[in-house]
Amino acid sequence: MDNKRRKFLKMAGATVLAGISAPALVKLSSTSAVASGEGGQAAPAASHGNAGGHGEEQPSGVRLGMVIDMRQFYQDQGLLDEAIAACVKAHNVPQIPDPKSEIKWIWKTGFGNLFPEHSQKLRSEKIKNSQFPALCNHCDNPSCVKACPTKATFVVEKNGIVAMDFHRCIGCRFCMAACPYGARSFNWQDPRPFIKEYNADFPTRMRGVVEKCNFCGERLALGLEPACVEACKGTGAIVFGDLNDSHSEIRKVLDQEFTIQRKPSAGTMPSVFYIV
Amino acid sequence: MIEKTLKGKPAYWIWLAILGSLIAIGWACYFRQYAYGLGLTGMSRDVSWGLYISQFTFLVGVAAGGLMLVLPYYIHNYKVFGRITILGEFLAIAALVMCLMFIMADLGQPLRGLNVLFYPTPHSMLFWDMCVLWGYLLLNLLCGWVILTAERKQVPPPKWIYFFVYLSLPFAVSIHTVTAMLYCGLPGRHFWLSAIIAPRFLASAFAAGPSLILIACAVMKKFANFDVGEEAVKKLTTIIMYAVIINTFFFLLEFFVGYYSEVPGHMHALEYLFFGLEHHGEVYNNLVPFMWTATLFNFAGLGILAYMKISKMFDFRLVTVAAVLIFLALWADKGLGFVFAGFVPNPLEEVTEYVPTLNELGITIGVWATGFFLLTLLYKIALGVEHEVEE
Repeated sequence: MDNKRRKFLKMAGATVLAGISAPALVKLSSTSAVASGEGGQAAPAASHGNAGGHGEEQPSGVRLGMVIDMRQFYQDQGLLDEAIAACVKAHNVPQIPDPKSEIKWIWKTGFGNLFPEHSQKLRSEKIKNSQFPALCNHCDNPSCVKACPTKATFVVEKNGIVAMDFHRCIGCRFCMAACPYGARSFNWQDPRPFIKEYNADFPTRMRGVVEKCNFCGERLALGLEPACVEACKGTGAIVFGDLNDSHSEIRKVLDQEFTIQRKPSAGTMPSVFYIV
Repeated sequence: MIEKTLKGKPAYWIWLAILGSLIAIGWACYFRQYAYGLGLTGMSRDVSWGLYISQFTFLVGVAAGGLMLVLPYYIHNYKVFGRITILGEFLAIAALVMCLMFIMADLGQPLRGLNVLFYPTPHSMLFWDMCVLWGYLLLNLLCGWVILTAERKQVPPPKWIYFFVYLSLPFAVSIHTVTAMLYCGLPGRHFWLSAIIAPRFLASAFAAGPSLILIACAVMKKFANFDVGEEAVKKLTTIIMYAVIINTFFFLLEFFVGYYSEVPGHMHALEYLFFGLEHHGEVYNNLVPFMWTATLFNFAGLGILAYMKISKMFDFRLVTVAAVLIFLALWADKGLGFVFAGFVPNPLEEVTEYVPTLNELGITIGVWATGFFLLTLLYKIALGVEHEVEE
């Protein structure tokens, strides 16, 4: 699998390189060389990404996506907790006990909640009793981005991530009404007292802004995999990569397996796929 | 003309004092919210818009409703409305000020509000809503003021103002259409995702706005020696009746679509509003009493107005009762049910109910009081000028 990943990374890297200038090319290739030297770490498609920024992006046709293989999670429900814990730690996600004010980036929910448009009748015990991961779908046609009146949420053109600028968000919550997946959370109060374990590498948020999963844009920039993907390493439970690259590992999985997306009828074209 | 607001009977000052203290309470509550965050409201991750946005939505309608006075006078040259056209324009001003205050109260980061201007985003309906709301506000300020000044000087209004008067007519339609588009363009919110939202908003606006003007006329008849005239009132009640009937018709169409097609997403919100939504053995129904009361008020108001038409009798007190009933019914429909039910169930088919907090109610009442304070001052000016001219 690592070999495959390295191959994907090379391809994805090349796609990015095609779109950026020569000095950056030198810098980037050395970064990925170091990364692969350290045991096949992901040198991601978004090596140059900055999740919070909103500068000019070079369009290069990379669209990052995810395949969630529930077969792994059925076997080991603890795996999902580990993935969630990794995300919480990586992003200073506050743990607010009141469900009304909860902040959720990746969280557990039932099949019926995740796929309300699918029939719930006569489902197997396995599906009924298992918890499924829910997160932002990083849609190709995101309705939250359309709704935002300040471009505080936007598509990072070079990798397709739907990112947030916490400093521009005015807290109107139009994006929360627009998202058909309930993926967005609002800071109803100062979140900082609710951060269990502070991570100095990622900004905390202030009250009055919306936040959500960012596909770990900040980790990708450092040549790391998303935190949840890393937490499931070796199991293949979450496969991450470029949906537009026909040679990527994620595309191979998508070629071989039957996958479903959440609410395809909403027309948002989610980038997260599930093997149920 | 502003000096007209400085002279009044005791009742006028008592009324302003009551509103003033409500405004003070509103500000006190707002400072609490400003210091702590919107967590002081009853809103939640699932019901992410509450009273502020629902009041905003309703009041955009009240502002647009002024069109029903301006249009007959300026387009159809219906002279009977000559005395009350200005009331429609001034009502729009007060309603729009309330709308903008409700938006500010709802923002998580109000100091960043200008980002909407710094980073204009034409694909966001909120951007267009801001444009048309401000446009309509400025148009009404301009037209109202210029026409009233001309009236005071007893000269015809300058010709150029008619350009802005005619421009304000499509603007009135646009404010409520664009406000409807905030809702009806969102995928995954079945209750809102309906092409009839904008027409329904307009129909209810054309009933709610004139109803409030009738109520104001009744108050001013009693306290300010202002008689709008039987013919104008009768015409207004006709307009209100048509608008209420069309609004009711549109609403019933939503029922048909939901309950005949039996598509679950189209039934859930209606079920939640009128019968209570059962979910995992629990019944969620906190809006049911409001909606049935509204239904009752809607038909009672309509019945009273219809009775007066059929029996050819006229009683201003009965008209006022009907106007109050209809106004409250439409308020419950659009100012409560429409927004809250759109969030039930949430996209993951979980149900969270919304109950506003006291602090939130304080701010809401404060904004309404500000609007009525402003409306009182504006109507005082308008009436002062009319009385001056009559003398």
